[in-house]
Amino acid sequence: MDFSNTLRIAFRALARNKLRSALTMLGIIIGIGAVIATVSIGQGAEYLIQQGIESLGTNAVFIAAGSNRAGARTGFWGVRTLTVDDMEAILREVPLIRSAAPVVFTRAQVVYQNQNWRPRIEGTTPEYFQIRRWGVQAGGIFSEDEVRSAANVCVLGVTVARLLFGNQDPIGQTIRIGEIPFRVVGVLEAKGQSAMGEDQDDRLIAPYTTVQRKIAGITWIHYINASAISKEAAQAAVPQIEALLRERHRIRSPEDDDFFVSTQSDVAEMATQTERVMNLLLGSIASVSLIVGGIGIMNIMLVSVTERTREIGVRMAVGATEADVRRQFLVEAVTMSMAGGIIGIGSGLVGSWAIAKLLGWPTLISATAILIATVVAASIGILFGLYPAWKAAQLDPIEALRYE
Amino acid sequence: MSREAKSEPGARTEPNDRSELIRLENVHKVYHLGEVQVHALRGVSLRIARGEFVAVMGASGSGKSTLMNILGCLDRPTRGAYFLEGTDVSQLSKVELARIRNQKIGFVFQQFNLLPRTSALENVELPTIYAGLSPAERHSRALAALERVGLADRAHHFPSQLSGGQQQRVAIARALVNSPSILLADEPTGNLDSRTSVEIMDILQFLNEEEGLTVVLVTHEHDIAQYAKRVLEFRDGRIRKDYQVSDRWVAREVLPTLPTLDELDAVELGTQDLHAEGPVNPSEVW
Repeated sequence: MDFSNTLRIAFRALARNKLRSALTMLGIIIGIGAVIATVSIGQGAEYLIQQGIESLGTNAVFIAAGSNRAGARTGFWGVRTLTVDDMEAILREVPLIRSAAPVVFTRAQVVYQNQNWRPRIEGTTPEYFQIRRWGVQAGGIFSEDEVRSAANVCVLGVTVARLLFGNQDPIGQTIRIGEIPFRVVGVLEAKGQSAMGEDQDDRLIAPYTTVQRKIAGITWIHYINASAISKEAAQAAVPQIEALLRERHRIRSPEDDDFFVSTQSDVAEMATQTERVMNLLLGSIASVSLIVGGIGIMNIMLVSVTERTREIGVRMAVGATEADVRRQFLVEAVTMSMAGGIIGIGSGLVGSWAIAKLLGWPTLISATAILIATVVAASIGILFGLYPAWKAAQLDPIEALRYE
Repeated sequence: MSREAKSEPGARTEPNDRSELIRLENVHKVYHLGEVQVHALRGVSLRIARGEFVAVMGASGSGKSTLMNILGCLDRPTRGAYFLEGTDVSQLSKVELARIRNQKIGFVFQQFNLLPRTSALENVELPTIYAGLSPAERHSRALAALERVGLADRAHHFPSQLSGGQQQRVAIARALVNSPSILLADEPTGNLDSRTSVEIMDILQFLNEEEGLTVVLVTHEHDIAQYAKRVLEFRDGRIRKDYQVSDRWVAREVLPTLPTLDELDAVELGTQDLHAEGPVNPSEVW
């Protein structure tokens, strides 16, 4: 018996019990739909993370004070040993590093007229904007001279600008950080949320010298945001920086480092890893419903075989072989699961689109996910259709014809 | 019976009388029902020639159904040999038996066994699907078969839209569609009223007489057996009697003497008085 006929018979059999077929398919629809939706949300999140990490700078290398390694006693930012001298030494002695910016950060109350806010305050050099590829939407950034002279100038993130100035133009205005007046020289481009959900625009950036001396009252820095000449160079630079800093900080071999060097791809990997685990978790929950859907198909197919015992007997009497009968029921199960799969893909796409619209989450629809969903749906039909089909084929035609 | 005997090249053929269609040699069938062994057939030997019209009679449990299942290649004998057109089919595989059922045997059942919500035409097409014919060929063959039973105009009706007699005629068309060597009818009139039964017998007689089709019919009604040419009586798994029907009835001649369904309805409604004569007994025609 040719395939188009088998398919036609399967469609007719399913059409005969429309409600039942629809309910049976529902399990697969929900399963596939959930998988498609979670995967597209997951991929959207991954995309966002990648974007966020890329925004940290090209070929970025981070040299942070403190350590997060096993056995670390200080944690991040807990030591006072990292200095701008360290950064200059790195720039001098590690040629793989092209540029670097020191970063100190703190929080302080910022006041403009009757408005006030408490943003993250970062002190750095003009290189920072270049490494992070972060431009201004208005005004400009501070200069090297202003860093040297510890001038009271600052650049505002859009969140800070909005909160303090509303619709007013902040450029040239004077704000106070604590008791110290600062002149606003620029407003940064909006960056939005970081991969970790932090508002990157909620910050005020000033020369590090100013922040060190006038606001934080420290002499050290928290981390160095460096940029290597290439992605590979970033990896290669890590051990060189480590060796240099151990020497400068006089750390002997069994002792813990008082700094931590990582590259952009390290961070990316970590973030992606977390994201993957989340995806896997969501995906496995969704696949449970696929298994449940498959069991539903098996159940209905078994019912169908029993109900159609006589039909099977007739078909065998007029010349159907066991293989013909088996194929007929298998195709029916696969047709059901595939139809469910296709509807599921549709509803998954609609679902992720709705999530993107309503919740503002980014979703990314991948062709791979759709392809895999289709294959999975077909496999479920085959897997859970095999037993009912085998049972149908095993029927004795004499018994089947006599079946009431 | 002038039909030319087809020679069937097969793996195990025996040189024999070309007119011989079926030969059973000492066929036994034993069923194992748990601990109990049921001896359904106890050494049946039988020859049926082409063009015969055989009625198999017997009480239930006499072995006549088992015989039909074996003749129809739905079941294999426990012992003995079954030659169909010279080929020993008692040892064939399930797939080969399915092929023989498809090509050489036409089944008609008491319950009609049409597929529900499937048109008459498609029901008739069913065996042609498993014969691997092209859609066009299937269609034309099925239509031709329906024409032979006089139901071409009902081709697109569903079984539920047909009367019992019409359904059985569709079933006969289905049995004929692959031009089988033999038509096996298992109590074909068991679910039909007496007039419709005779109509069905008329078709079977027509196919037998005019087209030379070999018919084997299982029935427990003596009246129905009277339309056959030969009767086999079964008891306890053996053939007890095997005789030619001497005063054979011809359905075409019986039919005019029977009241139509409309007339029967009229009797029940009392608008027409047929009770005086009572239902016509076909045997009175002779």
